[in-house]
Amino acid sequence: MFRKLTLILLLLFLLALIGCGKPATRPILINGAGATFPYPLYSKWFDEYAKIRPEIRFNYQSIGSGAGIRQIIERTVDFGATDAPMTDEQLQRAKAEILHIPTVLGAVVVTYNIPELTKPLQLTPETLSAIFLGHLTRWNDSRLVKTNPGVALPDKEITIVRRSDGSGTTFVFTDYLSSISSEWQTKVGKGTAVNWPSGIGAKGNEGVAGQVKQIPYSIGYVELAYAIQSKLGYAAIQNKDGKFVLPTLESITEAAAATAATIPPDLRTSIINPPGEKAYPIAAYTYILVYKEQDDPMKGKAIAEFLWWAFHRGEKYAADLLYAPLPQNVVKLTEAKIKAISYQGKPLL
Amino acid sequence: MKQQLYLWRKIKDKGMSQLIGLSALMMVGILFLILGYIFIKGVSALNWDFFTQLPKPVGEAGGGMANAIVGSFILLGLACSFSLPLGILAGIYLSEFGRNQLGTTVRFAADLLTGLPSIVVGIFIYTLIVLPMKGFSAIAGGIALGIIMVPVITRTTEEMMKIIPLTIREAALALGIREWRTILSVVLPAALPGIITGIMLAIARAAGETAPLLFTALGNRFWHSGLDQPIAALPLQIFTYAISPYEDWHAQAWAGALVLIILVLGLSIATRFLTRGRYYFMR
Amino acid sequence: MIKMLPRNAGDALFRGLTILFALLILGILITAIYHLVTGSVPALVKFGWGFLTGTTWDPVAEEFGALPLIYGTVVSAFLALIIAIPFSLGTAIYLSEYAPLWLRNPVSFLVELLAVIPSVIYGLWGVFVLAPWLRTTLQPWLGKYFGFLPLFQGPAYGVGLLAGGIILAIMILPIITAISRDVLQAVPQEQREAMLALGATKWEMISQGVLPYAHSGIFGAVILGLGRALGETMAITMVIGNRPEIVISLFGLAQTMASSIANEFTEAVSDIYLASLIELGLILMVVTLLLNALARLLIWRVGRPSLETV
Repeated sequence: MFRKLTLILLLLFLLALIGCGKPATRPILINGAGATFPYPLYSKWFDEYAKIRPEIRFNYQSIGSGAGIRQIIERTVDFGATDAPMTDEQLQRAKAEILHIPTVLGAVVVTYNIPELTKPLQLTPETLSAIFLGHLTRWNDSRLVKTNPGVALPDKEITIVRRSDGSGTTFVFTDYLSSISSEWQTKVGKGTAVNWPSGIGAKGNEGVAGQVKQIPYSIGYVELAYAIQSKLGYAAIQNKDGKFVLPTLESITEAAAATAATIPPDLRTSIINPPGEKAYPIAAYTYILVYKEQDDPMKGKAIAEFLWWAFHRGEKYAADLLYAPLPQNVVKLTEAKIKAISYQGKPLL
Repeated sequence: MKQQLYLWRKIKDKGMSQLIGLSALMMVGILFLILGYIFIKGVSALNWDFFTQLPKPVGEAGGGMANAIVGSFILLGLACSFSLPLGILAGIYLSEFGRNQLGTTVRFAADLLTGLPSIVVGIFIYTLIVLPMKGFSAIAGGIALGIIMVPVITRTTEEMMKIIPLTIREAALALGIREWRTILSVVLPAALPGIITGIMLAIARAAGETAPLLFTALGNRFWHSGLDQPIAALPLQIFTYAISPYEDWHAQAWAGALVLIILVLGLSIATRFLTRGRYYFMR
Repeated sequence: MIKMLPRNAGDALFRGLTILFALLILGILITAIYHLVTGSVPALVKFGWGFLTGTTWDPVAEEFGALPLIYGTVVSAFLALIIAIPFSLGTAIYLSEYAPLWLRNPVSFLVELLAVIPSVIYGLWGVFVLAPWLRTTLQPWLGKYFGFLPLFQGPAYGVGLLAGGIILAIMILPIITAISRDVLQAVPQEQREAMLALGATKWEMISQGVLPYAHSGIFGAVILGLGRALGETMAITMVIGNRPEIVISLFGLAQTMASSIANEFTEAVSDIYLASLIELGLILMVVTLLLNALARLLIWRVGRPSLETV
């Protein structure tokens, strides 16, 4: 009896070994980790790119922007991804120069699960910050009723869902809340992870969308694509010009256009709460982080080529998932950045 | 008065026996509730693609977990190749030479390792292997799982070799066979069924571990491309899919759970029929 | 074999090899401790004992106090014990005193199967079955009839301390049951016979003759269960709500040390943040190691050497 078992164990072991040694022409595997915000798009891009260039595999794990920054500093991944630009202090901790390459623009949407509601909720900056600060706790609060005329809001407690991991989405969202509410700014502040006044913590944009979907009468914040893909409702937010704006391709593009002229040369910027009637107030660039000087010419070249492809061919997939393309002048600046990726001082592209 | 007291004692006796029977019944009930639910949910989501396809991009229907299943086997293979020699030889030491201070210390260390939370193993391997190697890798994941398996294998090997009667060793030694050959060719084979039981249960436990893989193996959307690269694992994939908002992924998580449970319970049940081994089920 | 000098090089070599591997096991434990201690030095230096008593877990201000996490860990684990002990003890007594012989092995086996179900699967079940049930059924009911107690107040999220406690309880049921059953079976038959001879009912026999004899072993089993509950990661991360806050209500959200590590470890950007998370791991390790050592001592006292492999 045990002889057979030994045999089985041995076979399993061999199988594993064979599995290990299998690929003779092993594809170049490029590992990235970071933001969950652009993950729906990136996973699509990498899938499409693998069809064109089967010898190169991009493995992207969406473990949060904080993780993207941490892991690129530690050099445990080939590229990082984040929606919160790295701080000066973080850039200093990395021993070499890191490039911020914006890929697309996305919107952080306030998503909710109110089964009765048939049209989008309208939120002012004041009500939004009051909800997340824990001052406004019921859906039929008079402040909410006032901005949503003709909508029967349920008499239910609001359940807040927020991120439990370090997140660029959180950064963008808290950046916005800090800019509109002085109480938020002093009490909580902005960052990839903050000390939340209230709410259920969930891991990743997936996790927040998952919890909101699970719990009736909850509210959370996610990237637009997550709300759409998981068929959740999302709110129109009152922008700087006092208009209620839904996150759409146009309203995000508008937000970027309003600030494009003033983008700094390293491209680290925030486009929170821009002026403009049609601009959606909580949008952001999302970045891929790479070292300017690459260790491995093969990998470096593959990354640069992919980024180039993503810019010129990948954008049609972006529109499907409601990520907005970069403004024209930012594209120019970004192309220069991609061309700057080099190996031993020589550009790879 | 006396009669009443007697009656009260009788009632109490009956009542308690009912309660005790009930608690046993509920325990078994919970097991069937959980297993049954996973079975129903899992079967409805299982299909051939699940075993042959790679995951699809976010939000697209279809795809499978083939890479995660293979990944789990590779990780377990790595874990075994590291923990089997280590665990068995250390176990031999404990049973054959370990009746001294060092033996007691190592035995205690092995016991403490069994109780070490698996997430702590993850942290430790991250700082020990992932950071110096500059990357998440299958090797790191395999070693993390191996560390979880080692103490179980060591202690089982020791127990099983101790059971082999002294007379067998003495007989072999009396025939002029050297000590090391006696241990390897006489005692070890006799104890092997029990040791294999321990190994299989250690594998069953490692197969379901998720926490130590979070920061070692990381995960991979594709087939693995080398042991120095991140790799997918079934429990990791189940976790990722379970917390996602997509119905399709939920279904796949249930299917993955079913496959994992069949693997783990299969190993345990096979072992059960092999010996009367108990306890090794637990950490 | 016991006290024999190596007769030749082969023996010496073999013995040396086994010693080497035995030392490796010791080495693993020591390296683990070393890495956790050195990794947490920045946090140890900066916060000192204040790490254990601070109530703010604020990555922006880089202020880390672990009390809410310790609270979440301890409360969820004890909640699990409170739920699990009656059931596991009942089942253990049933198996050792009541069950007909033909039923003992199959039931023991089923109980042990509960122990091999992976943590992530309990989590999956917790998220999709337990939490919704708690939210729609149990929590409203508890709130309605026991809402006057601070334990059962607040909104019903489903996820939270209660869900965490229940999931942990299910996970530690088998370990407590199996060891208690063995401890009970190790109680000498004379104890039972003497009680019965005095005219005791079966329950009196158990409660006055068997349980007092076995109590330290059962306590050991409970401690082992506690150790496991404290270190459990995946399932609890998925159902406890991940909110580092001290709440009285069981409906409230909490966070455990293990779940903080699982959520935040890969992305702790600043050094002090990372060191604080590693220190959490260190605390977790020290506590579970102490509990395990204690439990083993207690179980050994009842005297069943086979229990060592638990």
